[in-house]
Amino acid sequence: MNNFKVLMNGIIKENPTFVLLLGMCPTLGTTSSALNGMSMGLATTFVLVCSNVVISLLKNLIPDMVRIPAFIVVIASFVTALQMCMQAFVPDIYATLGLFIPLIVVNCIILGRAEAFASKNGVVPSFFDGLGMGLGFTIALTLLGAVREILGTGKIFGCEIWPEDYGMLMFVLAPGAFIVLGYLIAIVNRFKKA
Amino acid sequence: METVYQYIIVFITAIFVNNVVLSQILGICPFLGVSKKINTALGMAGAVAFVLVLATLVTYLLQYYVLNPLDLGYMQTIAFILVIAALVQLVEIILKKVSPSLYQALGVFLPLITTNCAVLGVAILVIQKDFDLMMGVWYALSTALGFGLALVIFAGIREQLNLVSVPKGMQGMSIALVTAGLLAMAFMGFSGVDSGLKTFLGI
Repeated sequence: MNNFKVLMNGIIKENPTFVLLLGMCPTLGTTSSALNGMSMGLATTFVLVCSNVVISLLKNLIPDMVRIPAFIVVIASFVTALQMCMQAFVPDIYATLGLFIPLIVVNCIILGRAEAFASKNGVVPSFFDGLGMGLGFTIALTLLGAVREILGTGKIFGCEIWPEDYGMLMFVLAPGAFIVLGYLIAIVNRFKKA
Repeated sequence: METVYQYIIVFITAIFVNNVVLSQILGICPFLGVSKKINTALGMAGAVAFVLVLATLVTYLLQYYVLNPLDLGYMQTIAFILVIAALVQLVEIILKKVSPSLYQALGVFLPLITTNCAVLGVAILVIQKDFDLMMGVWYALSTALGFGLALVIFAGIREQLNLVSVPKGMQGMSIALVTAGLLAMAFMGFSGVDSGLKTFLGI
């Protein structure tokens, strides 16, 4: 029951994108379509879960003074593994996300959870915390990607809703990312107060 | 002359056409986090420019003289992030000793730079684009100037934004993001300038 609460905490109450406002670069940079957003979210979830588990296992072995560099090495190793797997199995998605895959290393959510949660809790809660935060991030990115894809190209996950000629190209480009996220946060704020 | 023109094109492109924040969407955290006042924005821009150029120089040498000869290309991410983290620490220590006043000015921002994705992003981009060392450092400097420009303009807008009344739900980050979107749209007006410049200079 407790683990379930930790899981839901990441998805709703402390949603990394809409509430904590962490990891903005991949959030804005990779969500030009729902599929891209979801891929990025799942890639980050993988790294987040693995690094949370490993760091919670190693927490007694890592001296306090060097914990941040140690965390970064753990995270960077998983990112490199992920990078190679994606290059081998899903080269299309790897090519679209491009630079943002190695940049998972500097995603503040991952280092933030390692420092705030995994270095203080056991393996099982850390696993669920990573999963919850990761899924919260994935849901936010998919939502943002879906809104931008519908407004920009009239499609969602590549299925046409209205003809592409009516799409506003701007929403697929950089300005659309900022504006859509701004309004989504405003909507979330509205519901939080109600 | 040809090379000089190349340098000019890289400079203009990195600052206006492919602005690191508003078009490539890198380094958003400091862009949104330290843009409430123009003074702090200038401090952050200075610190980023310093670390970005230094980090690009060091990672370039690391890639071509250590990783490539040893066939360790896949270690790029790990090696680069460690070098950047170490470099930031080093810069902090040296600055504290050599120039306490500069350290006072940049102090708070330096540790934040390790997790600034623009630094790691540019270091990787320089390798991906196959620049030579001089061009890589020049590209890093231009990118840093572009970052500073975007940050300072945005801080100026946000200072003005404090004076107007914003609808309740939009207050804080929400209105800042919409403003950044409009700014990015303004920068889209520069798209095409690079190819026009190429024709103009005859390359």
